[in-house]
Amino acid sequence: MPDTISFKLNDKPVQLDVDGNRPLLWVLRTDLGLTGTKYGCGVGFCGSCTVLINQRATRSCLLKIKDVNGKELVTIEGLAQNGKLHPLQKAFMDHDGMQCGFCTPGMILTGVSLLKFNPQPTEKEIHSGLENNFCRCGAHVRIVQAVQQAAAEMKGAI
Amino acid sequence: MTTKDYLALDFTDIRGIEDFYSSNRRDFLKRAGGGIFIFVALNDLLFGQEEAARPRGGRPGLPTDFNAFLKIGEDGHVTCFTGKIEMGQGPITSLPQMLAEELDTPLDTVSIVMGDTDLCPWDQGTFGSMTTRGFGPSLRAAAAEAKGVLLELAADALKVPQTQLVAKDGVISDQQDAKNRITYGQLAKGQTIGRHLQTKPALKDPAQFKIAGQSHTRRDGEDKVTGKAHYSADIRLPGMLYAKILRPPAHGATLKSADTSAAKAVAGVQIVQDGDFVAVLHEFPDVAEDALGKIKAEFDTPAATVDDKNIYDHLTSVAAAARVLKQGGNLDEGQQSAAKKFEQTYLTPYIAHSAMETHAALAQIEGDKATVWASTQNPFGARGEIAQAIGFPAEKVRVITPFVGGGFGGKTFNLQATEAARLAKATGKPVQVMWSREEEFFYDTFRPAAVVKINSGVDAAGKMAFWDYDVYFAGDRGAQQFYTVPNHRTASRGGPANAHPFGTGAWRAPGNSTNTFARESQIDIMAAAAGIDPVEFRLNNLSDPQMIRVLKAAADKFGWTPAKAPSKRGLGVACGIDAGTYVAAIAELAVDTAKGTVQMKRVVCAQDMGVVINPEGATIQLEGCVTMGLGYALTEEIHFKGGQVLDTNYDSYELPLFSWVPKIETVLIENNTTPPQGGGEPSIILMGALLANGVYDATGARLFQLPMTPERVKAALQKV
Repeated sequence: MPDTISFKLNDKPVQLDVDGNRPLLWVLRTDLGLTGTKYGCGVGFCGSCTVLINQRATRSCLLKIKDVNGKELVTIEGLAQNGKLHPLQKAFMDHDGMQCGFCTPGMILTGVSLLKFNPQPTEKEIHSGLENNFCRCGAHVRIVQAVQQAAAEMKGAI
Repeated sequence: MTTKDYLALDFTDIRGIEDFYSSNRRDFLKRAGGGIFIFVALNDLLFGQEEAARPRGGRPGLPTDFNAFLKIGEDGHVTCFTGKIEMGQGPITSLPQMLAEELDTPLDTVSIVMGDTDLCPWDQGTFGSMTTRGFGPSLRAAAAEAKGVLLELAADALKVPQTQLVAKDGVISDQQDAKNRITYGQLAKGQTIGRHLQTKPALKDPAQFKIAGQSHTRRDGEDKVTGKAHYSADIRLPGMLYAKILRPPAHGATLKSADTSAAKAVAGVQIVQDGDFVAVLHEFPDVAEDALGKIKAEFDTPAATVDDKNIYDHLTSVAAAARVLKQGGNLDEGQQSAAKKFEQTYLTPYIAHSAMETHAALAQIEGDKATVWASTQNPFGARGEIAQAIGFPAEKVRVITPFVGGGFGGKTFNLQATEAARLAKATGKPVQVMWSREEEFFYDTFRPAAVVKINSGVDAAGKMAFWDYDVYFAGDRGAQQFYTVPNHRTASRGGPANAHPFGTGAWRAPGNSTNTFARESQIDIMAAAAGIDPVEFRLNNLSDPQMIRVLKAAADKFGWTPAKAPSKRGLGVACGIDAGTYVAAIAELAVDTAKGTVQMKRVVCAQDMGVVINPEGATIQLEGCVTMGLGYALTEEIHFKGGQVLDTNYDSYELPLFSWVPKIETVLIENNTTPPQGGGEPSIILMGALLANGVYDATGARLFQLPMTPERVKAALQKV
């Protein structure tokens, strides 16, 4: 029997009639067509599937769709506001904080969450905040620079 | 045993020439519409580049048809077509830079179509750091010739001699009357002109570069930060199904029985069974996966004989006879003249490519035509594999390559694409296959485990007296040493194709990371025994000016002060050559002797890659190599029992993390006299020896086996 799941997705209300036990990741990628959220390992190690739930970075592969009932969800497609990129998105572009780009959505959303709860992180805090997001291409130094630039630009404002 | 039973030691991983179907130019012109076409013949420029880079026999070589081309649209927009693909290494930026430079058109008027087998010229695949040095010259030649054609047309249109014209920013103008001008778009309008290049075009001197040679950030940056960048598993078609496939527990296992009744009972599930190929399909991938778990399957699994401990003995026992790559002088005389001799064995394990994007493909069959979106480094190879799998002629198969989420040599073969195509054919619907991380670890073509045995010596003056080198199963790349040693022999050995318990293949700078780990460790051992600073020892034994320059550049930038190792400073040095590029690095690291852990604090890497097309892109690749290389040096190793791969996800297979990454400083040597060389792989070769030598300098403990896990570091410390 399908469940009715209601939540806010990228600032818009969504209501789904869906088996509530289905993984959030696959509902996003298939039912909702939001393919910016990536499958990387399926068990929460790599962070490719990271989304924001109530502003906090969360691994969508570990959640069921019913877990987001009543919550606010942001995927990479919803991060830019009114066509204006989030400062961290822009910083990733300025610093070439990506190569293949597959980890990038999860990396950016984890960074946004980090800056939300720690607006002026030290380099060590950036490392530990992003530690469990994997980048195989080795863009790490650029990603750290991008987070630093965004932190400086945002000055705590989200 | 015939030659084909042996592994291709240079890991070119190219399927045969039979994959190549020379494109019919008339068909192509029809497909691509109007505009001026410039076809680049296979000329000595390209041939020389590719052959020089991969001199070994047994490869298919290059097609005798054009290899690169471009289109100038009626609006002046230029489209570059290439069979190369974008997997992060950056040709989406650097190839348009080269084209725009030679054509004299603004970079933002150039777009690029990559890896589409219906639109792009045949290509051998994206590997070997060949895009800039191999494909680049022919692309530049095409652009230079295009400009020549446009100047001829402009001379007619503007009624002035061609010598009076100048091309700039997509406009040709009369130098004596600036108002007398015409754009490339106006010239191209309504015309289709094809010609082969008969003579080698005059390419610009790099000193004249205005677009190439300049740093540009990635052109795909915005798509990648907004989630708009599509990878193969992001393509959606109406009515498509997602497939999950029954896998054996081990390589070599055969399916005895499969009871699919419980899976079939799941609403909306479709089962396809063709012999031992059993797939579950559904409109949602997670439902297909759940249903796959309901299949009761039994397999016959052969007894395991090899594992990650005994594999090195196994490999040396089944190895073929040595193939001497290079020799000179007399080893016996060298032994006699040596004051100190060193005999060592180095071991490197199987490691995974582990791109963040697993293998994925979407196949659609309409009538007699198959279209497959595939995450591949080798679209034309994939086309051949798919055609064979579904019994289609290759020209009826179109492979489209969206963004590829990392490759590193691991997306050269295309099993997932053939699986998707078979299932699309069986179901009549579009089918996506995206491997799970567990499937990715199982079906990876791992970097082969390898053994290197070195026997070497130095004379009383600290000069290398002899060098006797045998590499087993890593491959030839990087095996040949470049020091000045009078008596030397370098040999490589492969073995039967079934020497490995699972598939192996090219892993970023194949062979060279193993060979450089062994060589540069051995050099360090000799330097320490001779009581000479390791940088000085290398310089004393080098005569190649390019290597001397790159090593000195690294030492200067680092602020090297000489000392005999172990100096307790934790400084490591290594140098090498890969893909025509010279690299040298110096690192500072710390060893936690209680835990056995190693933390690199700072690294300086100098690189001489000839002419640099995009310094930003080259620097990024260099940084990426350093970072990725920390993994094979410190943690990455595939554990297995026979054909069973025990590492199935990231709980046991550890990739480099943010906290590992040192301060990375890079030097790109200015060298406009050498054509562009490889950039995507070279510096990764240094990381094993760089860390091993740093650990020795810090502690006096010498590591002969990668990765340098805490257990191995602690074991080595106990021997100090």
